[in-house]
Amino acid sequence: MSEIRSELKYLSSHEWARLEEDGTVTVGISDHAQDALGDVVYVELPEVGATLAAGDEAGVVESVKAASDIYSPISGEVVAINEDLEDAPETVNGSPYDDGWFFRVKPSDTSELDNMLDADAYREEAED
Amino acid sequence: MGNRTPLYDTHVAMGGKMVDFGGWDMPLHYGSQLEEHNKVRTAAGMFDVSHMTVVDIDGDGARDYLRYLLANDVAKLDGKPGKALYTGMLNEDGGVIDDLIVYLRDPGYRVVVNCATRDKDLAWMQQQAQNFDVTLTERPELAMVAVQGPEALEKAKAVLGIEWAAIIDGLKVFESVARGDWFVARTGYTGEDGLEIMLAGDDAPGFWQALADAGVAPCGLGARDTLRLEAGMNLYGHEMDDDTSPLAANMGWTIAWKPEERDFIGRKPLEQEKADGPKEKLVGLVLEERGVLRAGQPVVVDGTEDRGIITSGTFSPTLGYSIALARVPVAVGDTAQVEIRKKLVPVKVVKPSFVRNGKSVI
Repeated sequence: MSEIRSELKYLSSHEWARLEEDGTVTVGISDHAQDALGDVVYVELPEVGATLAAGDEAGVVESVKAASDIYSPISGEVVAINEDLEDAPETVNGSPYDDGWFFRVKPSDTSELDNMLDADAYREEAED
Repeated sequence: MGNRTPLYDTHVAMGGKMVDFGGWDMPLHYGSQLEEHNKVRTAAGMFDVSHMTVVDIDGDGARDYLRYLLANDVAKLDGKPGKALYTGMLNEDGGVIDDLIVYLRDPGYRVVVNCATRDKDLAWMQQQAQNFDVTLTERPELAMVAVQGPEALEKAKAVLGIEWAAIIDGLKVFESVARGDWFVARTGYTGEDGLEIMLAGDDAPGFWQALADAGVAPCGLGARDTLRLEAGMNLYGHEMDDDTSPLAANMGWTIAWKPEERDFIGRKPLEQEKADGPKEKLVGLVLEERGVLRAGQPVVVDGTEDRGIITSGTFSPTLGYSIALARVPVAVGDTAQVEIRKKLVPVKVVKPSFVRNGKSVI
């Protein structure tokens, strides 16, 4: 059974979001998603400074098996990307909620997080 | 629930992630496809390929039947019991119904065809058999385990015991030996040395466990696909199908044109195509920048409006970048472009073979 962290918000397309203490939002993909994809070999991230709207394609994660788009759960400016994933994409498999984060957004409207699934709702989606 | 091989419970117990494959519940991987792939390139891994279809062909007409049914010529096996031959089985239009290996038993023959094409293969083989004195016997009670990698023979010999060890020492590539229900062939689908072993289904779990105890890594269909792709080996439904000529699928070498008087199914359209000059060929593609080539992506070739297509693509665990097999216009040069996510990306064009015996051959 894959891990679903109760303090995070989720999209049904398997991204998670975490509101940090400095007001930024960190985005990654769930444990369920990395497990379904298998060994991740390549992650394409947005550029720092790019402006995203909620629902925009923000990047691509490629595993040995398949390619999958990453959507931004929130609108705002990209303030950081996880550059470690360039040389170590497998971090997404080993640590999807911590070291395997994808990018960080300075949100224009944090209330968009309320539109996301909570852990229980995501668990129901993921188990379907 | 799909069909299950005699090793199903063993896969589940060993942590296999089970997926549907052509109606069979098969392991995709046991944790990491990449680790399994690397194990086969550097040591030894094993695959359950019991879902493949084994058919024994017997009768006085067996040789004539197969010489008509198959594009390669089983006469090449005459006087060499145990010897194996790779071939296409073509339709009347010269398209590929399936690719298969045929072994000369003594007496009779054995063919191993793909699982996904089982029904149409058997129907076709039965239909063609009507004019020959042959009997076709499917052997669903047999399991098949492929042990592959530089340490595969050594480890298999340790498990099988001294009598088999002596036999395996005498086995050349593409040869087999049968003893009772056991059938051991020095063949495979990974580009490494190794064996494909058929045995009674009841014996398979014990054999698999003994191999695991000897350090042979259980490997799933995921690694099987990346290994065969690195080796440049075709997969039915990707590199060829009923509408694809073997000449456009790097299978020209498997067509026995001589003797000229041998008629085989598909010969006439292929001769015509050869005389006209094939329009497409199968090549390898190498992507040196980041990204992954995938089946279905269009290939743009200089000097022609016609597009090629990637038939299989993956990240190559051995090479560390993406590779693909593609069917492209014959005008292709040393480079081409692939459309990935609406962007054209430059790729190198190489022979359709990337890794052999653990090393790059690009």
